[in-house]
Amino acid sequence: MSGPRRSLLTPLFQATPRRGWIAFGVVATLAFVVVPLLHLVVPAGHVFHLSDYTVALAGKLACYALVAVALDLVWGQAGILSLGHGLFFALGGYCFGMYLMRAIGHDGVYQSDLPDFMVFLDWKRYPWYWTGTEHAAWALVLVVLVPGLLAFVFGWFAFRSRIRGVYLSIITQALTYAAMLLFFRNETGFGGNNGFTDFKRIFGFPVAAPGTRVALFAASVAVLLATLLLCRWLVTSRFGRVLRAIRDGESRVRCLGYDPLWYKLFAWTLSAVICGVAGALYVPQVGIINPSEMSTANSIEIAIWVAVGGRGTLVGAVIGALVVNLAKSWFTVAFPTLWLFFLGLIFVAVTLFLPDGLVGLATRLRARRRVPARASGSGAGATAAVPGAGTANGTGSGKEVVA
Amino acid sequence: MSPHRVEEVGIDVSHGVMLYLEGITVSFDGFKALNDLTLYVNVGELRCIIGPNGAGKTTMMDVVTGRTRPDAGRAFLGQSLDLTRLSEVQIARAGVGRKFQKPTVFEQHTVAENLELAMPSHRQVRQSLLAELTPEERQRIVATLDEVRLTDEAERPAGLLSHGQKQWLEIGMLLVQDPKLLLLDEPVAGLTDEETARTAELIRNLAGKRSVVVVEHDMDFVEKLGGMVTVLHEGSVLSEGTLAKVQADPRVIEVYLGR
Repeated sequence: MSGPRRSLLTPLFQATPRRGWIAFGVVATLAFVVVPLLHLVVPAGHVFHLSDYTVALAGKLACYALVAVALDLVWGQAGILSLGHGLFFALGGYCFGMYLMRAIGHDGVYQSDLPDFMVFLDWKRYPWYWTGTEHAAWALVLVVLVPGLLAFVFGWFAFRSRIRGVYLSIITQALTYAAMLLFFRNETGFGGNNGFTDFKRIFGFPVAAPGTRVALFAASVAVLLATLLLCRWLVTSRFGRVLRAIRDGESRVRCLGYDPLWYKLFAWTLSAVICGVAGALYVPQVGIINPSEMSTANSIEIAIWVAVGGRGTLVGAVIGALVVNLAKSWFTVAFPTLWLFFLGLIFVAVTLFLPDGLVGLATRLRARRRVPARASGSGAGATAAVPGAGTANGTGSGKEVVA
Repeated sequence: MSPHRVEEVGIDVSHGVMLYLEGITVSFDGFKALNDLTLYVNVGELRCIIGPNGAGKTTMMDVVTGRTRPDAGRAFLGQSLDLTRLSEVQIARAGVGRKFQKPTVFEQHTVAENLELAMPSHRQVRQSLLAELTPEERQRIVATLDEVRLTDEAERPAGLLSHGQKQWLEIGMLLVQDPKLLLLDEPVAGLTDEETARTAELIRNLAGKRSVVVVEHDMDFVEKLGGMVTVLHEGSVLSEGTLAKVQADPRVIEVYLGR
């Protein structure tokens, strides 16, 4: 009975090194224990009280980090630079936003069965694609299905035609831009310019209550941690090694009998689904979704987060998203007009001086510190270099050769 | 035909012939890279293909591996697999391996990982997610590392290897891949004499069970390999036979020395 179970679980636990598990535990404790206590139990005005603003910001950052991890999966591992990931994020947000709009009930300005923007357009009933969205469960299915399906269809055509590199990046830009124009139209049925806002309830709880806020934040962090584990497992499996091989030499991989199409399509679709989930978590926390989330600049910013953190490292994507967005929060208050210049400067600087991002910088610094230590202890590496040497047990042996 | 089917059906070599190329013509913008080329390679045969630049050697390999579709002619692997209809992936899974002119190993992957990627199993996405090397597969990787003399480099990124080591790693990947038909494009380009001798030995070991087609410029190396020689010129076969025979052929001498 334990056989198939083990084969599923052991790689997952082996995939993350001990240092990763410690960081995992620290973040989980902060998110699930410390932040709720400081926000809900410690009274307002106390030094240790966390304000509404701080919790909302932290939840927002967790969603951004999730998107960055999703982009790193396709860019860092498969070499697919998407400059349209904001689209999948926004679609997830809109799908869940439909439920949030219907959960307003009769509490809108016009106190109608329909959302205010539909009353304003003089619509008498919901368009067909709103069917079932009063049920949160169906909205959550859509959150996964809509970005996933769009990504699958787009990816199938793009990868089958062997569109790569900047050409693919440009097409993803065009895709998100076209979607933005579509969503700007009132007739599309998603609130046009203004999008969705004025949410009142989520799963029956008031959306702005401290308890709801903390729950949404904790859920965002939980999804982020779970996604990191999943992606970490993916990239350390043979699937991940094939994906990186495709990144470095697609036609060579084909000669070995792997079909790059399905590998890329799997990573690409999964990445889009993760973005969709991030969008769904984001919308109730910021209280609004509108077509500007689909702007090309937004998607480019996601790529900058990943580049700053260090692509191909997963955890770097999280770090990049946090660092750039915290800088943005501070900068847009201190020097509101200069932020975009500064963002451009960061990107140029990272490209020139930190090609492996902040994580690469940390690795390099650590390696420099270790050089003197290595000279004395080089003998240990010699036996380890022979793969499969002394690996009697079945579980750890695969890693010997391939780790 | 799905890639699975190709693997299940296998190559039908009941007539003792591995590769049929009959009347193959490929043109690029009016230039005929291959012109009515006809070539047969038997099971277990080691065949050398020589010819001046632009004779169509690489294009011929592209046709066999499905990279280039011929404008005319028939290309079959064994009796039943039509190479002009199968995709590159299907052809690779059917058992055709190829080594490119430039060494193309995965530089970011370790040497052992390169060999793992060449393993002819778990090549579908679903399988790759849970694939772990079996003890036999691991043993094969260890044996191959030894054979291509890369045991000490197993855990190093392949990008750090010397040129000659990369060539050997690629040959090692082909050993692991265990193809039925092996196409080698200039396997000793840029190697030292000693490395060349060792490579010739490796390639001779490959033949016998498998069919091997080697494209080469280096006549000494061709001589070391032995086997039949086919001379290509302007996209078709100019001469065929033992090395001594084709070297004595006046048409070959004219192509190489004349004009």
